[in-house]
Amino acid sequence: MRALKTAILSAALALGLAGAAQASEAVHLPKQSWPHAGMFGTIDKAAAQRGFQIYKEVCSACHSMRLVPIRTLAGIGFKDDELKALAAGYEVQGGPNDAGEMFMRPAIPADRFPSPFANEQAARAANNGALPPDLSLIAKARVGGEDYLHAFLTGFEEAPAGVNLMPGMNYNKYFPGHQVGMPNILQPDGVTYADGTKATVEQQARDVSTFLTFVAEPHHDARKQMGVKVILFLLVLAGLMYASKRKLWSTLH
Amino acid sequence: MAQAQASKFKNPLVNWIDSRLPIFTMLDHEYNHYPMPRNVNYLWAFGAIAGIMLVIMIATGLFLAMQYSSHTSLAFDSVERIMRDVNYGWLLRYVHANGASMFFIAVYIHMFRGLYYGSYKAPREILWILGVIIFLVMMGTAFMGYVLPWGQMSFWGATVITNLFSAFPIVGDPIVTLLWGGFSVDNPTLNRFFALHFLLPFVLLGLVILHTAALHVCGSNNPLGIDAKGPQDTVPFNPYVTLKDGFAVVMFLIVFAFFVFFMPNYLGHPDNYIPANPLVTPAHIVPEWYFLPFYAILRAIPDKLGGVIAMFGSIALLMALPWLDTSKVRSCKFRPIYRQFFWILAIDGLVLGYAGAMPAEGAWLLIARVGTFYYFFHFLVLLPVLGKLERPLPLPNSISEAVLKGAHAKSMEKA
Repeated sequence: MRALKTAILSAALALGLAGAAQASEAVHLPKQSWPHAGMFGTIDKAAAQRGFQIYKEVCSACHSMRLVPIRTLAGIGFKDDELKALAAGYEVQGGPNDAGEMFMRPAIPADRFPSPFANEQAARAANNGALPPDLSLIAKARVGGEDYLHAFLTGFEEAPAGVNLMPGMNYNKYFPGHQVGMPNILQPDGVTYADGTKATVEQQARDVSTFLTFVAEPHHDARKQMGVKVILFLLVLAGLMYASKRKLWSTLH
Repeated sequence: MAQAQASKFKNPLVNWIDSRLPIFTMLDHEYNHYPMPRNVNYLWAFGAIAGIMLVIMIATGLFLAMQYSSHTSLAFDSVERIMRDVNYGWLLRYVHANGASMFFIAVYIHMFRGLYYGSYKAPREILWILGVIIFLVMMGTAFMGYVLPWGQMSFWGATVITNLFSAFPIVGDPIVTLLWGGFSVDNPTLNRFFALHFLLPFVLLGLVILHTAALHVCGSNNPLGIDAKGPQDTVPFNPYVTLKDGFAVVMFLIVFAFFVFFMPNYLGHPDNYIPANPLVTPAHIVPEWYFLPFYAILRAIPDKLGGVIAMFGSIALLMALPWLDTSKVRSCKFRPIYRQFFWILAIDGLVLGYAGAMPAEGAWLLIARVGTFYYFFHFLVLLPVLGKLERPLPLPNSISEAVLKGAHAKSMEKA
């Protein structure tokens, strides 16, 4: 047994040390507390609606959200007529008509959010060669998820001495490699919130991160609510199964 | 004159069918009366759990396939359509994606149980070899399934793994071209992977039926590793083991549900939510967690062909296990020295898995190399030698004797 214990200890030690070394290299993301975290968490709809306002007024100038139909916003409390009015504010390509021509028409809620650029080349040409990533899944496509988004949006600062920024690039302490094409876009009171919330940078970062979490996972709330029911059911079933098994096996001598 | 066989079922229709095609007799025999050693513990439930996982994977996979498009320009978006617009599509996909991990967890526990209690020894060699083949087919199926969403890890994982075959001299490159259906991972690759990913689970199902058939010839092993000598050593499968396994299945489903509903993306990689891009290579290409020990072995060998041979060899080796282990005693309970090496092997597997997730450089490369060396050392040197040198503890005369003695000792303690 001694040999075994030594082996376990040394293995654990080796893993622990190496793990610590690994952790010190990575940038530490500040952990935020989110109302949608945990088993009973739900998306904060008011925050997500404010986040959508930021997406609409700020982000969408450069970032697409091509996988998300406008009707998805019903999930954060938009009513049917609000969705129709919102959709009508966007133009999408329709057609061909009877003359065989394509035309622009107002969007309907079933349409997806139109992209700001026609293709990747157009996006790069307008952005100093950088490609603004699509935001449909961004909360699931980055290590750290919404914590990363929040850290990134509040992580712009002056480049430390000795860091040579390439032309047109900005310094962000949480972005891998630190040099990013996106400028520090969130400004205090950069938007005027419809619900009167004070638009600090911190508030805006939280709201837009909440919104992006929602669009990456529109069934987030339904999933967790079903999960609680499923696990409760399984726990009761397990109890019954265990009691029956005990009773049955106790008859064996 | 031809005569129908005599059957004993009360229901006349069942009886009529059974006397012409005795499937009911077979099921009754194999699943009602099948004698299970009465001392099996909960580790024996993982075979049933793995079987249920296979059924869950086939069922969810079927409905996902109805909504999925296996074209490079549509695959990623069709998966997102499943997640967003298909009724309960998110549930189907998360059950399927996490189900693969749970299937591997069940199978790994099942395999290590076999290793600990010597379930591969005579007369269960073919049973064990069928199990290793099931494991191999499962790995192929899981790998191709991971390619289907056509995210960054799908694409680059497929590129790395298919390229492995190019290490073989002469046949290597033609094999890779055949796998790709062209000269790089592209649309033909995705199409054939989808077709194979749909086919292989049914191959698995057939293999599982053979695996079970082989099991029912010699009967289940048990924690003591000695043969059941008569009815006093066994219980009928139904209801005793069906209920016990049923409880274990429900407990396993609770863990499964926890992943599906509360951390569905924990076992995946964020990069796979970025559409595949042949022009951008991810910083670290890592396979799914269940391949990591083998990935570590692959990268531990400095030569490409050597690494590929070591990786495939580490699994092929398991097929020879019944003959590599020279001890006649099955259960580790009676092998005090081997028992310690079993646990070292288990730790070695975990260490290799961890090393596989880390960049192959510096200390991690060294750890992976030591781990790889130990893995082969365990099977090729320790096992054959230990069987000859080790003095096993005395075996009990029968299962019932050991079980009743244990029960007696317990009641004495209470008194």
